[in-house]
Parts: sequence; C-alpha cells; structure tokens
Amino acid sequence: MELLALGDTGWGDEMLRACMMTLAVSLCAMTFGLILSIPFVLMKLSSNRILKFTANFFTTVVRGIPELLIIYLFFFGSSAAIMFVASIFGHNGYIEINAFFIGAFCVGIICAAYSTEVLRGAVRAIPKGQIEASHSFGIRGKRLLFGIMIPQTLRIALPSIGNIWQLVLKDTALISVTGLVEIMRQTHVASGSTREPFLFLVTAGILYLLLTTFSNKFFMIAENNYSKGFV
Amino acid sequence: MNFHLIYESFLQILKGLGASLEIIIISLLLGLILSIVIVMMRLTKNIVLDISSRTFVFIIRGTPLLVQIYFIYYGLAQFTAIRESFVWLVLKEPFWCGVLALTINTAAYTSEIIRSGLNSIVKGQIESATAFGMNKFQAFKRILLPQAVRQSIPAYSNEIILMIKASSLVSIITIMEMTGIARKIISKTFSPIEVFIAAGIIYLALNYLVTLVFKKIEKKYTITN
Repeated sequence: MELLALGDTGWGDEMLRACMMTLAVSLCAMTFGLILSIPFVLMKLSSNRILKFTANFFTTVVRGIPELLIIYLFFFGSSAAIMFVASIFGHNGYIEINAFFIGAFCVGIICAAYSTEVLRGAVRAIPKGQIEASHSFGIRGKRLLFGIMIPQTLRIALPSIGNIWQLVLKDTALISVTGLVEIMRQTHVASGSTREPFLFLVTAGILYLLLTTFSNKFFMIAENNYSKGFV
Repeated sequence: MNFHLIYESFLQILKGLGASLEIIIISLLLGLILSIVIVMMRLTKNIVLDISSRTFVFIIRGTPLLVQIYFIYYGLAQFTAIRESFVWLVLKEPFWCGVLALTINTAAYTSEIIRSGLNSIVKGQIESATAFGMNKFQAFKRILLPQAVRQSIPAYSNEIILMIKASSLVSIITIMEMTGIARKIISKTFSPIEVFIAAGIIYLALNYLVTLVFKKIEKKYTITN
C-alpha cells in the first residue's frame, strides 16, 4: 500500500495523473470521432453510389481490422510521412509526432467508424412521415434539421453512444504502445521499477472500472433526461 | 506504394494465421462453455453464485482486455506460490496466458448475449409448455433453447469478429501471431502502410468469412412462412 502513496514516496499521484490522461485522450478521441462521423453518415445516406461506397469502405475496414494494427499504421506511418515532407524541405532527421495527438487521432478514427453506423441507424429510425409532415407545415432546411431530426437522432442513438464511449475508454489502453503515459503505460513503468505488477495492475483495473462505471451513470441520467415523455 | 513488399509481407503474415486461429478457436470454445456456466450461476436462486457471476462480468466488461492479459501474464507470475504450483505449467507459456485472458474475456460478453437471448423468451411459453405436460428439461430443450440460440446468433457472430480483432493483442506478450509478425516487419522495413494493407486483407477476409457462415446459419434458424 505504501507504494500507492501520493507524493514522492509512492506512485499514487502518478497513477492519478495517468488516469486523467486516459480521460483526456478519450474525450479528445470521442469528440474528434463524433465530428468525423457526421460527413460519413451523410455519405451513407446520400444516393450517390461513389460516396456511399467510400463511407461503407471506411466503416468496414476500420471495424474489421484490429485496433492495434490501426494504431501501428498511424504511429509509424505518420512520422514517416512527416519526415518525407520535411526531407523535401531539406530537413533530414527523425521527427516524432506527439503521442497524445496520434493516440487521440487513432482512437478517434475507430470511434468515428462505430458512430457512423450508430448515427445512420438512428437517422433511419425516424419515420419518413415526420419529414413529410414537417414539409407540409412549412418546416424545412435548418429548422427541420435542428428542430426535428437532430433531437430525435440523439435520443435514439444515446444508449449506443454510451457503448462507444466505453469502447473508446478501453481502446485508449492500446495507445500505451506508443509511449503516451496513460494508465497502462504508467502501470507498466511502475510495475517494472517496483517489481509489484500485481498491485499496479489491480489499481489500473480499479481506475478503469471507476471510469466506466461513472460514465455509465452519467449516460443513464442523460438517457432518462432525453427520453422524457417516451415510454 | 511498394507492391512487392505488400506481397512479401502478406506471405509472411499468413504464416501467423495458424497461431491466430488456434488462439481464437480455443478461447471461443472454452469461453462458450464458461459462459454457459456463468449464465447458469446467474439463473440459480443461490445469492452467492449470482453475485459472484455478476461481479465477474462487471469486472471483465469494465476493464480493457490489455489489463486482463497483463494481469495474467505479469501479475500472477509475481507470486512464488503460483510459480511453484501446478498452474505454473499453464501460466509460464505466453500462449496459454493469451488463451486464458481471451477465454475469460469472451465468456463474460457471451454470457450477457445468452442471458438476453433467454430473457427475450416470453414466460408464458414455458408455462404453456408445462401445461402441455413437458417437464422442465423438455421445455428447456424444445422451447427455450432453440429460441434462445436463434435470438443470440447475430450477437454471437459479432462477438466472434470482436475476438478475431482482440486476438491481435496477444502479440504484446510476445506471441508471434499475425499482428506480431506484422509489427516485426514494420520495425524492420519501416513501411507501415504496405504491411497494414497485407495484414488488413487477411483480417478482413477472416471476418468476411465469419459473416458469410453466420448468415447461412441465421437463415437456417429463421422461421419462414
């Protein structure tokens, strides 16, 4: 237990900081992923076959390939790409991109693929008659989108978005391979230097459980709030 | 884009397919058995069994698979008691550590799938089955099980795909399956894109195969009138 003390003597504060890092990466990844999914949803719903195919290709590939491979691709690929660009401008040498950025980017892409499917399903769950009814009331364009479509899409998609958030939280553990000091990385470092992997892995597990449980509660409150008036 | 490198790494990664499949199939089978035990524990009236299975599922579903793999591979090995006991025969092999972690993981998720499949069946059906003179076992076998299986198939095929993807994580504990080999080639050649394409094709093909097979099974199980 002394090993988990706060301050210089123990690893407690380091673990807490790593927990905050996990939360920060997850939040960035989720925000990025949700924003990125919007154009893909629109592409999937469009009647243009090329756009539809591109979006389907994206979601199938990202959801079908192991997350670890996707992280390897961007982690090794991005610095290679940037070094290539830099070499054109005469800069030779190793450039490493910020691990936080790469991590949030990778998990964000994975999140986007899953969110696209969820949001597409939610949009299609809104009965067509509603859009027709809105049209006959003269509600069009922005008012239709923000007044009718988006609130209902959110309500239908919220439980699944909660699931995706859990997925994002757990996927950030994989970013530890890039060296970002989140929970898993910190656990690895602490277990290595104290030779007490059991203790730190249990701590890591508890931290993840706290994160997932609390966000679960949050999503439940949000769901209740959004489904007011629905049975 | 170096097509020759894609081809070369494709062949090399394919050599890890056997190891990947072994891990996936063994853990899926063991996980399925374990999940049935967990569901039965939850359905009994015994509070201790019920709570322990709930806690198990809660912990496994709430933590990343990587934590579970590390816990089994590094965490348990810390204790001399374990290193001297017979379980060490299993735990000293990274392969079996990976299989154990994946088994536990899939068992927790699968038990939820089976449970919701069983829950979807209306209680009245069991009551009418007993009214027709079936005993508990007959009602389970003839009425409950077929419907629960049909209800669970789509979710379970999803779980298999998730397991195929999850099997890549065991490469972190030095097992040379497909992702492990891919990682090795990347660090040797520094061409992540080509290796990613090669490995991606194999994983996608594997997932596609699973989807195809399960579409067939689903068709067989759906009632057509």
